[in-house]
Amino acid sequence: MGHHSNWPEWIYIGVVIALMTWVGAEAWEVERIVEHVPADAKVIKVVGQQWFWSFEHEDGTTEIGELHVEAGKAYKFEIESTDVIHSFNIHDYVVLMDAVPGRVNTVWFAPDKAGEHDIQCREYCGLIHYNMRGKLIVEDPLS
Amino acid sequence: MVLELQKPRPIWQIMFSTHHTDVGLLYLISSLAFLFLGGTLALAIRAELFLPGAQIIADAMTFNRMFTVHGTTLIFLFIIPFASAVGNYFVPIMVRYKDMAYPKLNAIAFWMIPPAGALIWLGFADFTWYATPPYSIISAPGPAADMWIFGLKILGISSVLGAINFIVTILKCKHPDMSIGQVPLLAWSFLSSSLIILVAIPTFAAALLMLLTDRLGVSGFFNPALGGDPIAYAHLFWFTFHPEVYVLVIPAIGMMYEIIPRFSRKPIFSYGSGVFAFVLLSIVGFSSWAHHMYATGMSFTEKTVFMVGTLAAVPASAMHVFNFLATMWNGRIRFSTPMMWAVGGIALFFSAGAGGVVNSAMPLDFSTHDTYWVVGHFHLFVMGTIAFGSIGYLYYMFPYVTGRMYNEAMGKIHFILSFVGTVLVFFTQHVLGLYGMPRRIFDYPPIPEWIAMNQIASVGAMIIGVSMAVFLANMIHSSAKGTPTDTDDPFGLGGKYYYPFEARNPHH
Ligand code: HEM
Ligand SMILES: [Cu+2]
Ligand SMILES: [Cu+2]
Repeated sequence: MGHHSNWPEWIYIGVVIALMTWVGAEAWEVERIVEHVPADAKVIKVVGQQWFWSFEHEDGTTEIGELHVEAGKAYKFEIESTDVIHSFNIHDYVVLMDAVPGRVNTVWFAPDKAGEHDIQCREYCGLIHYNMRGKLIVEDPLS
Repeated sequence: MVLELQKPRPIWQIMFSTHHTDVGLLYLISSLAFLFLGGTLALAIRAELFLPGAQIIADAMTFNRMFTVHGTTLIFLFIIPFASAVGNYFVPIMVRYKDMAYPKLNAIAFWMIPPAGALIWLGFADFTWYATPPYSIISAPGPAADMWIFGLKILGISSVLGAINFIVTILKCKHPDMSIGQVPLLAWSFLSSSLIILVAIPTFAAALLMLLTDRLGVSGFFNPALGGDPIAYAHLFWFTFHPEVYVLVIPAIGMMYEIIPRFSRKPIFSYGSGVFAFVLLSIVGFSSWAHHMYATGMSFTEKTVFMVGTLAAVPASAMHVFNFLATMWNGRIRFSTPMMWAVGGIALFFSAGAGGVVNSAMPLDFSTHDTYWVVGHFHLFVMGTIAFGSIGYLYYMFPYVTGRMYNEAMGKIHFILSFVGTVLVFFTQHVLGLYGMPRRIFDYPPIPEWIAMNQIASVGAMIIGVSMAVFLANMIHSSAKGTPTDTDDPFGLGGKYYYPFEARNPHH
């Protein structure tokens, strides 16, 4: 200690701090934007329970295991659970939000084109957690 | 420096001893036994995931119990007791005291581990290493869950007792001629991690009791059906366990601080920066716990606060990496087995940290959270950094403890296979996470990318398995039949300079 100069370490620490500041600032900015729910988003109630997902659209129609939406529209999920914690996940659209009993968590997305995507549970919820899967079907509004 | 060298004694003399090297030996042997037990579960898990569909594990419940006990075992029954083994052997010698401050307490802290291990293994709970309510309250089968809770309770008390002992030994028992600024970095690592334990563990201890009374139905702290909130448990749990990850990693870094300068035959680049980084980490480490909870429905502000807290801790970790590299720079490096493990560990430490920064950035975490990415991330720490540092240190202390040399070629084979295996398993798991595979699943749909990544990871795990067989054979054979070695300079580094601890603590 003390017999050599420490400036390379100071530069290094400076670089690390600068990098972390940049990561933090970018993350803050992106998250702020993606959390802003569009005013015209349609609400879909999502209920997780051991071990399946059920959905209720604004018009009262319900679905189990499958969710039909239209491309080009924005949707806001209101996520609940009736038993233990689950985590509602559409990985292709980076939709992830825990389904916590006693709370309503929200997250939104806007599918851009028609197609099928996996829905899965990403929080351990017991015996059949591995198969708590569903399908998101994005339809073309014209067809 | 001679730690233990003497005629073999009957086993019960060691078991009933309170001498620090005997307790160290007990910690060492039991932690290695649990390393192999927990590792076997990992191999079974990887074999199961080699292909979609059920392979070798009968059903999902068995699988869930296996990964729960795997994680619990390796964190609480391997990593922490292994550090205690090293601390017991070296801390008293480094501060030039005859034993730990409280030898009987020391033995008691050790002897709490076997019953706790038995509770965890005989119960075989299924609710993951964080026992999340309300699953752990309303769904997890007893008595396994209750046995796990009691097991963890006992382990918590054991580590608090151990921490008190290390703190008192270092601060109060160090030789009067020695200032705190002369205490080696390994001892500083124990001081820092012990202080974290004292502040962090009581919170989880409380949460465990609340979990237990919730399970008994007499309270509803975390049970929404009784007006409780499971997210409160998540906060209490992570308030303890984010700092706890530094409890795991700091001693391993301390071990690298012993190995790197010796085998580089240079003094440490900056002692001051090592101490500073330890202390900083143990303070800032308390400001980031809810980065595990971005997806629980926290507000934007809360998430931001914990992201900043997490990123703020990164420079402290990064300083160690710099210190190691700067120490090696221009050194006359000898790549004996301990040095290979330490250098490999530094490389993986760096990779692990880089992945951690990705998790910390909130929008990215929604891609990685609770996928295999996270499994890869923390295994690069627990396996790549902590187990590597620990195993390197085990090779390093081997001649001092046994008076014999391990087989160098086997030590190097062990390292090379483990390094390749670790990269194959845990780098691949990061990618698997990006493809969206959730963690903790018994079976998965036949998505081609998932199958490919799982197979690479499983092959990597088998390579680690083989390396560990080489390790076991080397340890058993060499401790009985290895070449007797000169304990003044077993690694032929030349000169006493590299072995500063003259002290020898005879049995009293
Ligand atoms: C550069 C330093 C680090 C950063 C930035 C970092 C960041 C993170 C973040 C943000 C998560 C949450 C990921 C998620 O669940 O989505 C996480 C998980 C985790 N980290 Fe780190 N980490 C760092 C160092 C460490 C160290 C040193 C260890 C341990 C020994 C560690 C062990 C863990 C564990 C065990 C988990 C996951 C626990 C679980 O969900 O089971 N991390 N890390
Ligand atoms: Cu689930
Ligand atoms: Cu953490």
